[in-house]
Amino acid sequence: MTRRAGLGRLRPKHQRLVLLGAALVALGGASALALTTLGDRATYFYAPSDVLAHAPEAGRAIRLGGLVERGSVIKAGVLTRFRVTDNAHEVAVNYTGIVPDLFREGQGVITEGRFGANGVFVADTVLAKHDEKYMPPEVAGSLHKVGRVG
Amino acid sequence: MHRFANPARFLRIARVLTPLLTLIGLGLAAAGLWIGLFASPPDYQQGDSVRIMYVHVPAAWLASGGYLGMAIASAVALVWRHPLAAIAARAIAPVGALFTAICLVSGSLWGKPTWGTYWVWDARLTSMLVLLFLYLGYLALASAEDERHGGDPAQGKGAAILALVGVVNLPIIKFSVEWWNTLHQGPSITLTKSTIDPAMLLPLMLSLAGFTLVFGGVVLMRMRAALARTRTAARGRRLAEAYA
Repeated sequence: MTRRAGLGRLRPKHQRLVLLGAALVALGGASALALTTLGDRATYFYAPSDVLAHAPEAGRAIRLGGLVERGSVIKAGVLTRFRVTDNAHEVAVNYTGIVPDLFREGQGVITEGRFGANGVFVADTVLAKHDEKYMPPEVAGSLHKVGRVG
Repeated sequence: MHRFANPARFLRIARVLTPLLTLIGLGLAAAGLWIGLFASPPDYQQGDSVRIMYVHVPAAWLASGGYLGMAIASAVALVWRHPLAAIAARAIAPVGALFTAICLVSGSLWGKPTWGTYWVWDARLTSMLVLLFLYLGYLALASAEDERHGGDPAQGKGAAILALVGVVNLPIIKFSVEWWNTLHQGPSITLTKSTIDPAMLLPLMLSLAGFTLVFGGVVLMRMRAALARTRTAARGRRLAEAYA
């Protein structure tokens, strides 16, 4: 009598378990490879540093995100000028339209638009991005005083 | 596991657990929502729209948690062939799909006043939409398979395999906000810390616990109903044979 080799020696339940384990490992590996290849292309926006390191060709629509630099916002009617910063580099942005309620200095922002010839980013859309902190106004106020919130 | 896989024993436990989970869950969720909507402070940036969180976050948690439960039940059904496991996976699917839809809709309604848009195709929102499609695909495939196998959920394998393949999406949802730049903000609650003020964290936790218990209660209800249907069908067949 020949002994059955490999998986055949296991009870059916254990065969299925080994098969499932192998399938999940293969699936996990394939997903990890796919995600690694996908890399930064699944990103929703570029930071100022990304844009300055790899300048997009003029006229190509991109999304630029970061923080609205403190003291940079100038409003003239429906035109809003501000600078987007990632605390390393900043980009000047012009936007014509109504900004969202949460558009504030020192808060996150994502703009969609194109670089003009003068290096100023002309945005068609401005979205406000908020961070993961939630607190009552009183708490934020007292933190402001001790300088814990920007 | 075998002890609980016995349908008679399961039914005995589930009969007690179903009203217990559902009632305690409804009580906690009601308390959480009441405090959240009326007795908790507004947010320093978002004002009152932050209150959507008390529905959105539990829905998001149950959407992914429910999917994980469905996938584990599917793995048990494939490997150990426990009839209860296939029933459990099918009981979870529509409830999980509902919470995924609640998560997407409440998130969209929250996005407009805060971000300035109902929807963007960033990694978090897109992967959550994919989760809804996975649930819907599972429901369609499971119902087609069950119909083919005379209503026996333990026969088909396709839906269980689909549920397992879809597990890949869960870490993508979880880490989407860390791997890529997204409009959706990063996690507020991690294992070690929370960036939510205690006055807001309390109603959130109550609502989270409450909806989770209700989820469990509804899944048990659906499992009991599925078992009752199987019994009725079996009795019908026996009677038909006896009088044939």
